[in-house]
Amino acid sequence: MFGKPSRTSRTLQYVALAGYLIFLGFPLVWLLSTAFKPPRELVRLHPTLIPDNPTLQNFVQAFTEQELGRAALNSLQVSLASAVLTVLVAMPASYALARFRSKLGTAALGWVLLSQLFPFVLLIIPIFLVLRQVGLANTHAGLVLIYVVWALPFALWMLQGFVRNIPRELEEAASVDGATRIQVLRRVVFPLLAPGLVATALFSFISAWNEFFFALVLIKTPELATLPVALARFVGIEGTARLGPLAAGSLLATLPSLIFFAFMQRRLSSGSLAGAVKG
Amino acid sequence: MLRTRLCRLAAATAVAVVGLGALAACGSGGDDEATSGPVKLRFLSLAWQKESLQVNKDLVAKWNAEHPDIQVEYVQGDWNSVHDQLLTSFEGGDAPDIVHYEASSIGEFSKQGYLADLSDLLSDDLKGQIDKGIWDTATFDGKVTGVPFLLESQVVIANKKLLDAAGVAVPPADGGWTWDEFQANAQKLTKPGQYGAAWALKSPTNRVLNLALNYDGTFFYGDGGKTEVKVGDAEKEIPKRIHDMLYTAKSASPEALGMSGADTLPGFFGGKYAMLPGSVSLRQQMVEQAPAGFEWVTLPPIKGLSTKQAANPQTLSVSADSKHKKQAAQFLEYFLNPSNMAALAKGDWLVPTGKQANEELVKLTAGKQGWDVAADSAADLTVAPFQQADGYPEWKTKYATPALQQYFANKITLDQLATQLVDGGKQVLR
Repeated sequence: MFGKPSRTSRTLQYVALAGYLIFLGFPLVWLLSTAFKPPRELVRLHPTLIPDNPTLQNFVQAFTEQELGRAALNSLQVSLASAVLTVLVAMPASYALARFRSKLGTAALGWVLLSQLFPFVLLIIPIFLVLRQVGLANTHAGLVLIYVVWALPFALWMLQGFVRNIPRELEEAASVDGATRIQVLRRVVFPLLAPGLVATALFSFISAWNEFFFALVLIKTPELATLPVALARFVGIEGTARLGPLAAGSLLATLPSLIFFAFMQRRLSSGSLAGAVKG
Repeated sequence: MLRTRLCRLAAATAVAVVGLGALAACGSGGDDEATSGPVKLRFLSLAWQKESLQVNKDLVAKWNAEHPDIQVEYVQGDWNSVHDQLLTSFEGGDAPDIVHYEASSIGEFSKQGYLADLSDLLSDDLKGQIDKGIWDTATFDGKVTGVPFLLESQVVIANKKLLDAAGVAVPPADGGWTWDEFQANAQKLTKPGQYGAAWALKSPTNRVLNLALNYDGTFFYGDGGKTEVKVGDAEKEIPKRIHDMLYTAKSASPEALGMSGADTLPGFFGGKYAMLPGSVSLRQQMVEQAPAGFEWVTLPPIKGLSTKQAANPQTLSVSADSKHKKQAAQFLEYFLNPSNMAALAKGDWLVPTGKQANEELVKLTAGKQGWDVAADSAADLTVAPFQQADGYPEWKTKYATPALQQYFANKITLDQLATQLVDGGKQVLR
């Protein structure tokens, strides 16, 4: 139906793609450049992309002054736990929502959406009081609990869409072959749901990794602080900041997300259903 | 059959949720409610400059070593989120014992009863070290709810070589220029590719209101228990002079209007701006970031009818809920003794409120790097009515900042600015 694209249009496509990549990648490249610049190079009238005298001093300061290593480890623990628990809870719940349609299920989905309308600040004090009551204020477990609850509505919505895309016929075929309900779920549904589970895990990991406000308010002990809270300490009064250490810390904070995404993104496209059912 | 399986599925979900709870129960940390052993105090500090951070931590470590019965835990906060952090902690009844903040922001917490009255807990010695005008900034409804310890005055940082080239002499530390002289010198320093001054006015309200005291402009007036905003000739003087420099004399760079103080540094170091009116703490960036061979000087505050400026000192307060107020006050006495206060001020490049600390600091630094000017400027700092007004933060954000930004962008007239400020005051002031 469509002819072979001309050389010119192909070139233009590549130019547009390259432009888009530069647009997306430039902040990261600039962050990289800033992280290695000594203080004097940060305030040049005509800044350069490549530092004249690259230094690791910013990294040293970031690590020694705010103990970013420990904060990163805290963030990693909290984010991984949030991702795993969100997936564990969302998986059966989304299956139930997608497969067993009822008025209650529709109402539940509506409530899930509605819950997203509440602003953070409105909830923070009641949440703080409840967590304190049950002894979870100032603990990573409390933080994980909040992150899971916070990520669940979106995860449920996302995952039940994935469940719906799995043809019921596959489950029925497995049942006809003698598989129990659990076997159907374990051997047919969950493998096909893998991209959805990966997407859910990614979403909850990244949102927990980047979250600032709850971590700031709920965690009091310095040793338990997470990375975004530690990074904020390089920002001073009225927008002033210690740019070098901040950039170095931010660069390190970006890496785990990138690595996690790089590993997981292949799984996003796996589990293709093409040809599973004859139409 | 299906129902049974569904029940199992529901049970699995329940197990997951219970597991979550179990994980929660075995979490690390937890509220420290120790009833025996040494008294434990939590100290939320907002120090963020490298040197200041070190001084704070060192002083706490030293205190802990010398006072095994009163142990202070240093907790690092940050300026941008401290308000929300404190509000939540106060509401939740889990506030730090000692809180670092600023005079203009503790009023709200003080009036809500979250901060302890320190009047009877502090020694006469500490009280005597600090001027009454400075104590007034942290006194609300007769209660002293913060110890003011670091001050930020507005000075002028100048490029020495450009001053010399234009034949502009550096004034002595105790005898700064008048506004007329400053404007005339900015004009002399202006030539193609170079502005005499750069006013960084991204957040103009505090700056304008602080400097307005130069001409006795207070903006906020009490009238029978009610506060209102008035903009007369005294209040108009500073905005008008800055506006004149921008658009009439063209001796100030319009591109700096959207910048914060530190954003102007590349232009300043590049010779684009000869003078930077700004905070005394800008000197820290000069020392750390000025290119090799760059000569800079600190000029004293500019004089109108006086060199008075509004003081918004950083403060240390004790939480009203703290079970150990006496011990917290003891720590404050130690933390803010003259030598320690001088060290804290040096670390933050600010001016100590204590007289003896100020003298020690000048001695310690031999008055170099603008410390003589900084120390001298302390005498001009005093409480301003806007700092005590309920609704000032809202007025500032909703009305004053947008109106001043429009005026400095030459979009509205001085009279329109005045009208907007007064009308804004009517909306928010109670």
